[in-house]
Amino acid sequence: MRYHKPASFAQAIDIASTSEGITRFLAGGTDVLVQLRADIVSPDDLIDIKHISGVREITKRADGGYDIGIAVSGAEMSEDDVLMADWPGLVEAMDLIGSTQVQGRATLVGNLCNASPAADSVPAMIAAGVTLTVEGPTGAREVAVEDIPTGPGKTALEKGEMITKVHVPARGENAGDAYLRFIPRTEMDIAVVGCGVNLRLEGDTITEARVALGAVAPVAALVPEAAKALIGTTLDEAALAALAKAAQEACNPIDDKRGTIAFRTDVAGVLAQRAAKIAYARAKGETK
Amino acid sequence: MAFDQEKDQFRVLGTRPDRPDGLDKVTGKARYGADMSASGMLHGAIVRSPHAHARIVKIDASKALAMKGVKAVVTRADFPDGQKGEDWNIMENCMAGERALYDGHAVAAVAATTPWLARDAAKAVEVEYEILPHVTDVDKAMQDGAPVIREGAANYSVPEGMHPNVVRFIEFGHGDVEKGFEEADVVMENSYTTEATHQGYIEPHACLAQMGSDGRGELWCCTQGHWFVRRMSAACLGIEVSKLRVTPSEIGGGFGGKTTVFIDPVALALSRKADRPVKIVMSREEVLRATGPTAAASMDVKIGMTKDGKMTAGKAVFRMTGGAFPMAPVDSALACAFACYDLENVQHEGYDVMSNRPKQAAYRAPGSPMAAFAVESLVDEMCRELKLDPLEVRLKNAAKEGTKSSAGPTYPRIGLVETLEAAKAHPHFTAPLGPNQGRGIASGYWMNWGGETSVSLALSEDGTVTVSVGTPDIGGSRASVAMMAAEALGVEYEDVRVNVVETGALGVNEPTHGSRATFATGLATIEAATQAKKTLCERAAAKWGIDAEAVIWEDGCAKPSGPNAGEFPPLSIGEICAKMGRTGGPISGHFEATPMGFGGSFGTHIVDVEVDPETGHTSVVRYTVVQDAGKAIHPSYVEGQFQGGAAQGIGWALNEEYIYGEDGRLQNPIFLDYRVPVASDLPMIDTVIVEVPNPGHPYGVRGVGETGITPPLPAIANAVADATGQRLRGLPVSPPKILAAIKG
Repeated sequence: MRYHKPASFAQAIDIASTSEGITRFLAGGTDVLVQLRADIVSPDDLIDIKHISGVREITKRADGGYDIGIAVSGAEMSEDDVLMADWPGLVEAMDLIGSTQVQGRATLVGNLCNASPAADSVPAMIAAGVTLTVEGPTGAREVAVEDIPTGPGKTALEKGEMITKVHVPARGENAGDAYLRFIPRTEMDIAVVGCGVNLRLEGDTITEARVALGAVAPVAALVPEAAKALIGTTLDEAALAALAKAAQEACNPIDDKRGTIAFRTDVAGVLAQRAAKIAYARAKGETK
Repeated sequence: MAFDQEKDQFRVLGTRPDRPDGLDKVTGKARYGADMSASGMLHGAIVRSPHAHARIVKIDASKALAMKGVKAVVTRADFPDGQKGEDWNIMENCMAGERALYDGHAVAAVAATTPWLARDAAKAVEVEYEILPHVTDVDKAMQDGAPVIREGAANYSVPEGMHPNVVRFIEFGHGDVEKGFEEADVVMENSYTTEATHQGYIEPHACLAQMGSDGRGELWCCTQGHWFVRRMSAACLGIEVSKLRVTPSEIGGGFGGKTTVFIDPVALALSRKADRPVKIVMSREEVLRATGPTAAASMDVKIGMTKDGKMTAGKAVFRMTGGAFPMAPVDSALACAFACYDLENVQHEGYDVMSNRPKQAAYRAPGSPMAAFAVESLVDEMCRELKLDPLEVRLKNAAKEGTKSSAGPTYPRIGLVETLEAAKAHPHFTAPLGPNQGRGIASGYWMNWGGETSVSLALSEDGTVTVSVGTPDIGGSRASVAMMAAEALGVEYEDVRVNVVETGALGVNEPTHGSRATFATGLATIEAATQAKKTLCERAAAKWGIDAEAVIWEDGCAKPSGPNAGEFPPLSIGEICAKMGRTGGPISGHFEATPMGFGGSFGTHIVDVEVDPETGHTSVVRYTVVQDAGKAIHPSYVEGQFQGGAAQGIGWALNEEYIYGEDGRLQNPIFLDYRVPVASDLPMIDTVIVEVPNPGHPYGVRGVGETGITPPLPAIANAVADATGQRLRGLPVSPPKILAAIKG
């Protein structure tokens, strides 16, 4: 195994695209190092991208959105009061991952590229409408988060490609987001179901909605039917029932050691309702 | 040495001094199993079967041995034949012979110059398997047509016609259960299951072995009992027991799982072959796949009760599997099943069943938690059916001194009634419940143990005290032994140092198991102190020129027994010891015995849970442990044992389980998916120490370590039933099961 510490994305891409073996990018290492130790992967080229200029920064853009560097840790996001005020659901989703120690290292992009269907930050990013800059040997492109995972452990990134920046949209007025997951314990666990909801209101009426589910299908995904169930409503009982039904219909889970198909499907509806209520209250300014 | 009725005032016992191992542990200086190193040391790694059941056709280690830095490979062929009985089982478990019997079973091992090289070399060992049909479920393993784990493994007790996987049959009881059921107003019978759970000690098994070409060896390891390790390892290696010296490290938890060997004989065999010291440290995955969890159980219970709550008869039929070997703890499960009840008519049947799982090891009150789950759940169901208070019903039927126990012997003084009364008086028992909350209570029992024990107590030149014990300190025994020595000698706690010494330093000691260390090592320490006091008095008598009988020991000093003995100022322990070399030589005390006066401990737990009706998620919102300690030597440690038992029991009840796939492989060999409770899952666990002295110990000590894991399983299930109206008879009561029950 060769360890690389590139000073620029160009160098990192060059190493990754010319490597003849297995490559892994190392940022927080909370997945890669664990997989190395557990003998799940033995990369030929381990490319440490923490030392590239700017990767540890959160920048507020002129449009009110945020650019988040690819090595920004969960702890750094949680400590950013402005980001937290705008996107509490996104920040809380990231904060649910692992222990305090893991939070000091874990990153959004690492969580995304590990491509676990149960990754907590991914449904929250999808609901928030987060996009990414992907750079590779043939140039750069903008990609929505939901287009990155293609299956458990698999992404749409081509050989030599890497994510170089995370773009969070401007929050705007009368809007709020939330993420909830179900775990059998209270922490240090992996989502059996995850749900992110992002809403905008006019008065009491929902005008924009994005709902994303995790751990109930091979990839975390946007559920447009669930959003449709919310738009134009005041989150009344009928809307909540329609939301739960749409969320449940979008489920395509597996029976495994973490939960049954029936359980995951039921709980997806429950979490969608609960997350929608939190996002709604936040959009109304009633809660933080 | 019987309970001293006269002595109820203690100077040291019952206080809460600092623990002697605390500073080293919090500063990282304590040396655990993996902290041992030796010059020229190699690292061992074990090749494990990926199959639940397979014939080992061929093992080809040539590629591994060709790797630079690989120094030795061992297989079963490197161990002698001829072990008998349980020794053979241990050998077979440490290194598979003709067949791999479970997912993770060791089939070969390598030693190399680095841990990474050893791991790679283990992967390079080529094992050809012929996959065989497997079975992991206890009930299926007994059925016609189930794959046979090992022909001829059944002992004399098994009736004809049973499946060969049934290796022991146990039957006992008294009275006439059929008559008892006829006398009942209500008879209920239900079936219950519990999955295997792991002790979950935080320190994986680790050892450092060194075998010389002269056939003598040294072993440093993390264990609850190094004499057991020595005997078992010597049997595997075919050497005389005394050729091996075993030194225990500090221990990061055991809970019964470190009373046997897994890697120690393998490291010794690698060392013998490579002629270098060899260290083996297990990974967590290895711990979960290949060390002993407890048994999985399938249980039928039938109870008869009158309308006013008097139990007229009880019957238990338990089936347990402890993996591909005999000795699932079905006997102790049955012995504990109805231990709390004064039953005229009681009958037990037990089946010990082999399956393709790892060899079970002891886990905190082996068998008793499963038994309590079945019996205490059914008692709760019957109380609900008859609209009776479950605590009053337990009091009405409670076993007490003079009761013929369900296991047979008549109880000496025991404290079940006292724990029930204390639970009834506790504010928790009558506190209001919130929405979606429910309360459960249950009682439990462990008989405890004495065991072979050898202790030496030596006085230093300044009068301070060193106690050498053979029971590794897994639960505070160094503190409690020091306190008992200080109490007995009349010296300060701080002036006593207790060392856990190696196998060469004392006679045979059984492990720290059976909740025996504070009882048995404590008793031996008091006896050794008595012997030392006698010598101290003799030295004073010689100095004063009076009879030794005319000298008494009081407050750490020799004194004349009365005015007739003469007028002499007291001689302190320090003054006598300062001159001991010139007055007859070193002063020490020694005691060894297998004390039989151990006293069982009963406990009663109260738990409140809150169940999310939409997700089935259970939160434990309040928990109270009431248990009889006999005498709490160091109350903080006793409370810690109560809380630890409750925490493990809560995990077992709610989320912990061994999950096997269709392929017979363990699906969750990591702590992410083998879900022990984390700190935030638990409330602050309240404790009430009841003290009903054990008549078999001079200070009244009972073991306290194990009983605490017994009531939580049924108490939680009873609370979930109270909160949801749904009775779940299979553990764990995990969210998918609860939600499915709620939704019907």
